[in-house]
Amino acid sequence: MRKKCLSVFLAGVLAVTALAGCGGGNGGSETTAAAGDNGTAAADNGGSADSDAVFKIGGIGPITGNTAIYGTAVQNGMAQAFDEINAAGGINGYQVEYSFEDDVSDPQNAVTAYNTLKDWGMQMLIGTVTSGACEAVVDETYADNMFQITPSGTSLNSIKNDNAFRMCFSDPAQGSESAKYISENNLGSKIAVIYDSSDTYSTGIYQAFAEEAETLGLEIVAAESFTADTNTDFSVQVQKAQDAGADLVFLPIYYQEASLILAKAQEIGYAPQFFGCDGMDGILTLENFDVSLAEGLMLMTPFSADAEDELTQNFVSAYEEAHGETPNQFAADAYDAAYVIKAAAEQAGITPDMSASDICDAMKTAMTEISYTGLTGKEITWGEDGEPTKAPIVVKVTNGAYEFM
Amino acid sequence: MSFLSYLINGISLGSVYAIIALGYTMVYGIARMLNFAHGDIIMVGGYAAFYAMVNGGLSPILSVLIAMVICTVLGLLIERIAYKPLRSAPSLAVLITAIGVSYFLQNLALLLFGANTKTFQSVVTFGGISLAGGQLQLTGTTIVTIAACIIIVVGLSLYINKTRTGQAMLAVSEDRGAAQLMGINVNSTIAMTFAIGSALAAIAGCLLCSAYPSLNPYTGSMPGIKAFTAAVFGGIGSIPGAMVGGLLLGIIEILGRAYISSQLSDAIVFAVLIIILLVKPTGIFGKKIQEKV
Amino acid sequence: MKRMQKTTRSNFITYGIVIVGTILFQALDSAGMLSSLLSGLLVPLCYFMILAVSLNLVVGILGELSLGHAGFMCVGAFASAFFSKIMDGAMPDGLRFFLALLIGAALAGVFGILIGIPVLRLRGDYLAIVTLAFGEIIRNVVNVFYIGRDANGFHFSMKDAMSLNMDGGEIIVNGPQGINGTPRDSTFLISAILLLITLIIVLNLINSRSGRAIMSIRDDRIAAESIGINITKFKLMAFAISSALAGVAGVLYAHNLSTLAASSSNFGYNMSISILVFVVLGGIGSIRGSMIAAFILTLLPELLRSLSDYRMLIYAIVLIIMMLVNWSTSGRYMKEKIADWFRGLRKSGTKGVS
Repeated sequence: MRKKCLSVFLAGVLAVTALAGCGGGNGGSETTAAAGDNGTAAADNGGSADSDAVFKIGGIGPITGNTAIYGTAVQNGMAQAFDEINAAGGINGYQVEYSFEDDVSDPQNAVTAYNTLKDWGMQMLIGTVTSGACEAVVDETYADNMFQITPSGTSLNSIKNDNAFRMCFSDPAQGSESAKYISENNLGSKIAVIYDSSDTYSTGIYQAFAEEAETLGLEIVAAESFTADTNTDFSVQVQKAQDAGADLVFLPIYYQEASLILAKAQEIGYAPQFFGCDGMDGILTLENFDVSLAEGLMLMTPFSADAEDELTQNFVSAYEEAHGETPNQFAADAYDAAYVIKAAAEQAGITPDMSASDICDAMKTAMTEISYTGLTGKEITWGEDGEPTKAPIVVKVTNGAYEFM
Repeated sequence: MSFLSYLINGISLGSVYAIIALGYTMVYGIARMLNFAHGDIIMVGGYAAFYAMVNGGLSPILSVLIAMVICTVLGLLIERIAYKPLRSAPSLAVLITAIGVSYFLQNLALLLFGANTKTFQSVVTFGGISLAGGQLQLTGTTIVTIAACIIIVVGLSLYINKTRTGQAMLAVSEDRGAAQLMGINVNSTIAMTFAIGSALAAIAGCLLCSAYPSLNPYTGSMPGIKAFTAAVFGGIGSIPGAMVGGLLLGIIEILGRAYISSQLSDAIVFAVLIIILLVKPTGIFGKKIQEKV
Repeated sequence: MKRMQKTTRSNFITYGIVIVGTILFQALDSAGMLSSLLSGLLVPLCYFMILAVSLNLVVGILGELSLGHAGFMCVGAFASAFFSKIMDGAMPDGLRFFLALLIGAALAGVFGILIGIPVLRLRGDYLAIVTLAFGEIIRNVVNVFYIGRDANGFHFSMKDAMSLNMDGGEIIVNGPQGINGTPRDSTFLISAILLLITLIIVLNLINSRSGRAIMSIRDDRIAAESIGINITKFKLMAFAISSALAGVAGVLYAHNLSTLAASSSNFGYNMSISILVFVVLGGIGSIRGSMIAAFILTLLPELLRSLSDYRMLIYAIVLIIMMLVNWSTSGRYMKEKIADWFRGLRKSGTKGVS
């Protein structure tokens, strides 16, 4: 009994210290986190700016857990953009301070991360990275009237409220555009789909694709799925596609799984036309991946690290220098989202002393007025529903590099 | 014909599960603990071999050996730091500590190696065999995995039954207290078990990544759980049971995916497991638990 | 008689902690003195505590290892969210949430009994793997449910949304995308009251005739059977109550966020294991301990946020160290020493009073 009392007491002490730490040290510790984490955050530039008023912009995404790769890319892309913006004099003459919080791609964690950022004093949000988490956060931002732009939350519900915008294509847009492109260019008549049935992004695209395919008269001969728990062995799915005689395999999935599917198909001597979406981008830079497997693969992606334009080349070389790897479309989307905030903020003429709610109202209107050209599209405009209007780009892998179609 | 090719795919997957399950069952049988960190040691083995091959430019066999050494040292360290002090604690406490070690290894790998997936280069250099006029493919990795499985099962059985240290392991697994009274050093016997188990994990990691060439900090966790299931299938603690359980699990998973539902293949595997356990409560090769009154 | 009083007193201390905590946090929250982080965590803290307490009933009191607790939470969450979604606007909010709670708890309880049946045959680690398997099956099956409603009534499919053949209408459960737009009925006060009810149920059960029967099964099954205790009945009872309470936690979870999808992070074995960590760290069998452990371990990763990339690594290290301190021989010795020191302190302080 005594020992139990002691345990309870110790636990109590821990809890109290925990709470105290929570109430007191919050703002301070977060700011240092941002500064320490990214090396060149606003803290460095803050001294030289004319006043200490700064825009506080938060980001949310998974930087631990098995989707950490996407969150880390967004974190890096966003940091790079804001560092550039700060070096060039900031937004409307004010520096930007940014902070990125981990959500492990989980809705509850995302809401907690959002609350943490609110305590830090966030005025605008870039996030969240994954759709499921985004659907939970979008209701919170709506309740607080906080401006939100998601770099990569693709599901329809991710931006269902009027304060939320998106940088990437939505799932339905990608699915139906892919079907249209395949039909218009006669890429295949018998289509097999392999998708991740445990993933919102993948099922979202598949559903829209299947609906559009039906109207266009494309025949889906096999629709095979896998789940996040069974994403290593694809022998059955590839075999079924082959047995069904599919001449085109549509892969609305991420490149890690796609690389395994391509390898499997080669192993059994099956060579249909493979067609992917933006999640496929990154396959060529997969470490140690045999790019000859991807020869002839087509994908619809808004971003290509091989693009010739100056903007992309500068972005890619700076990113490679800082992080030692080629940026994927998540990094590009985040980079663009940061510059879109800048463009809209300049259009709206907001200042850091405005409340988050006032900023949101001004930004909502400004977003529908701007036209933005960046890494992931030219002259992108936004509707009131938050959807971007941009032309999809289809590329084909030829000799280990993207070739624009 | 497609049934045969599904069956071969099932055997490929099952052989990978089997080789992971061997390490699981070995540690369980002797140390009586569910080492949930086993899957993550597999992942470490995969990374070790990857860096040895790609950055060190070493031959596959040498890389596997290096991975084995690294994993053995890691296994011994984990045992010494995290598990040994808990020898007399309830098994649940050890289980939770193992989970803590698993989180630790995953997050350490995330920081050290990054979240990006790496494509593993197969450690098996020879091609596969074509059967039935090229319609069926048995890959080199599958052949090597099955061969390795058989060698390990035979080797472990010989080791345990014929050598002194092996007999000591058996004694420790039967009755730890009595073994100690007979002059067996329980601590070093259990440490030895972890060393062997971790070396097996390194081999499993290399073969897992050769069969499914994608490597990230979470590579080991799901196969680890599946292999744990496989070990229970076969009767946890039984070495031939682990192999049979692994192969069965792989075949059921692939056939379930092919003929019933690709979304529910895991649910099917687990349902079969439950049915088997209801019929044989200690698995296929499991010993009957004797109840003492 | 004296022992009885002692347990009663201990129980009232537990209730007291919850009531004082609730009043304190509610007051701070209404006064706007809590950070958004904490005020957003109040409901999750409550349901994690409910989960820990309910799992302790199986692990600590019944003495069986369960690795599928999140599965029951999943059942409660989906059943209640589905109900709330279709009844949204059809009845008063309070009544709807009350019924959702009942439905979630009842369905989870039924699943508890179903899963309790293999429990009667299996023991130890074999049971653990079966509960893990059940949890994963539940999550996998929920992920292939597609339910839609249009003018013709309900449509159901286990393949994909297209197979529903919907005529307009609305898809309510959309496979892995789950249920979107659940009314957000979970408030801190309701959650705290449910936590209190959970505690009252569990603590009263432990101190009742049935509770003692359950504990006798844990301590010696054969002896218990020989004195005429119906093992089947009491094991199933413990499982059913525990899973119904987990279902309640699931209802709170589902109504705290507007979106509900079954992923491996919220209803998978990872979550079951996290709950088990609360129970083991708080002391197997100690209800108050598991409650406090759930509280601390839920807050810990949030407090470590400033460590950014390192936070989960530090969390893992803290977890290992806590286990070592609590359970290793040298750790216990150290705790004993500290206890002695405290006892000395108390003796010198209370001299003359006793």
